[in-house]
Amino acid sequence: MTGMDSSVVHMNATMIQTTGLTRHFTVKGQRARAPRAARFSKNIVEAVRGLDLRVDEGELVALLGPNGAGKSTTLRMLTTLIPPTSGTAVVAGHDVVAEQREVRRVIGYIGQGNGAALSQRGRDELVSQGRAYGMSVRDSKARAAELIASLDLAAVADRPTSSLSGGQKRRLDIAMGLIHAPRLLFLDEPSTGLDPQNRANLQEHILKLRAEHGTTIVLTTHYLDEADAMAERVIVIDHGAVIADDTPARLKADHAGDRITLGFGSASDAARAAARLGGLDGAVVSTGGVEVEVRAQGGPRLVPGILRGLDAAGIAVESTAVSRPTLDDVFLNLTGRSLREGVVSLSNEEVAA
Amino acid sequence: MSSTTLVTDTVTVFSRELRPVLRDPFSVVFSMIQPLVFLGLFTPLLPEVEGGSALQWFVPGIVVMSCLFSTSFTGSNLLFEIQTGAHERMLVTPLRRPALIVGRALKEIVPMIVQTAIIVAVCTPFGFDLHLGGVVVGVLILAVMAVGLGALSYTLALASKNTEWLFWTVQQTVLFPLLLLAGILLPVDDGPGWLRALSSANPLTYVVDAQRALFNGEFPASTVLAAVVASVAVAALGLAVGTRAMRRSS
Ligand SMILES: Nc1ncnc2c1ncn2[C@@H]1O[C@H](COP(=O)(O)OP(=O)(O)O)[C@@H](O)[C@H]1O
Ligand SMILES: [Mg+2]
Repeated sequence: MTGMDSSVVHMNATMIQTTGLTRHFTVKGQRARAPRAARFSKNIVEAVRGLDLRVDEGELVALLGPNGAGKSTTLRMLTTLIPPTSGTAVVAGHDVVAEQREVRRVIGYIGQGNGAALSQRGRDELVSQGRAYGMSVRDSKARAAELIASLDLAAVADRPTSSLSGGQKRRLDIAMGLIHAPRLLFLDEPSTGLDPQNRANLQEHILKLRAEHGTTIVLTTHYLDEADAMAERVIVIDHGAVIADDTPARLKADHAGDRITLGFGSASDAARAAARLGGLDGAVVSTGGVEVEVRAQGGPRLVPGILRGLDAAGIAVESTAVSRPTLDDVFLNLTGRSLREGVVSLSNEEVAA
Repeated sequence: MSSTTLVTDTVTVFSRELRPVLRDPFSVVFSMIQPLVFLGLFTPLLPEVEGGSALQWFVPGIVVMSCLFSTSFTGSNLLFEIQTGAHERMLVTPLRRPALIVGRALKEIVPMIVQTAIIVAVCTPFGFDLHLGGVVVGVLILAVMAVGLGALSYTLALASKNTEWLFWTVQQTVLFPLLLLAGILLPVDDGPGWLRALSSANPLTYVVDAQRALFNGEFPASTVLAAVVASVAVAALGLAVGTRAMRRSS
């Protein structure tokens, strides 16, 4: 196990480096609009397109993007599950294609599904997992017991996993990913399907792991608040490519201003106000009915000036509200689409599935 | 962290596969219901054999049949693990890919032995003449066949991946012709030429023939050798295609 000391020493060592990482899938699809001959042709899905990524040791990075953005495909390439179509990835100093076993030895992976077979008991799976990493039976058992205690699984670890709740199964997945105390941990949508309390609980576990062992963590999520709350670095992915990469605070500062919402007594007042505010430096103004929305940096400081100006012009403001930007605003500004819509359609799909 | 070898990896996979069986031995007994029903309903229909019970002819076939049933079904466990994510989790560990298939396939031997013991134990009081030495040799040959059939079933599961119906369609389509052509339920000796030709292309035929001799306390060298060759061939084929499929699995 690497303690805090060693993680400090190696703080700037590169843990993941990808160059032009690309993955295509060939899908046999029916294209209704295509000419008859081409209707059953194979389509290429460009799941990940030329990803250049560098993650340093000790970082906690969130890959944020809507469903289908290419997050899982990226993780599956980095964890040796699928080879890239082109480009390279070096993980913990090893090439993901040429040195698969070396990569596998040092990483932990918690996939989108559940890692424990339903016919197995949690503790048995943990011990097998330890053996898979070359730990002795005794060490595997001891480590399993440790993880069972710390992930609050004592009551269910000796039952078939088919009887576990979603939250318990997910905690067991985390335990399995940690059995060999990996230096680098990948988590694919770790909290999807969990209720808010279980989600908070899981996030706490991940943050604790990082604080105690300096583990490098790469997680994917489509939950904005999760990326915002956990990661120091958020990589926004859309259509298989990185569209932004920074701290949540910088992303918001650079890509989405504060939102000032002004309410007026009539639509004509709103329109007049919007026309005046259009001159405001660096602000984006939009109107909707009796409301005007102004997006600008330093929103709270701008409000008094805006109110004075409108007052001087004889336009009465009836209400004001200032909200700080979210990562969704960042995504909206970058792509013109809302991530929340993606989330809604995802959960519909899940219900239908 | 200590290093692993192909052997330790195989042991890891084997023990993991075996664990649910050990935790819940009744699952094996449960899978015995069908062969025992066949025994109970078929035996009274069999013509009387000179100087012995019809069971002497029928039991070895039923032993092979229950082995065929359980090994051909076993891929569905892997299919299930592919669907839930357990298989993917194991693929990310450093376990060697051949171990992932060999360990699983070797586990098939254990339920086969338990099933054989149960069938023999149930039939002996009803006139089945037990020749222990022959049964042991028969089980050894069947163990090799079980590994091969299990590996083929796992390969089918890997190939079916997200199309569960494919697994079941192929399994059901292959299972019964194999069973009937091996002469397990009815002898094929008196069948038409094409049927006998198909039967002689079925590796199980040789195993069934050898089991009948061995379970009767006879050791005809050529029959036993043919069964060994057939079993080894199926095991080699199963493990080869299985390893290939496992290396490509994601
Ligand atoms: N095995 C596959 N075969 C075909 N298409 C795939 C496969 N895996 C992913 N895709 C496609 O690649 C794109 C990215 O998928 P994925 O990486 O799972 O996205 P995310 O994890 O961000 O939701 C999607 O369009 C998806 O349909
Ligand atoms: Mg995904």
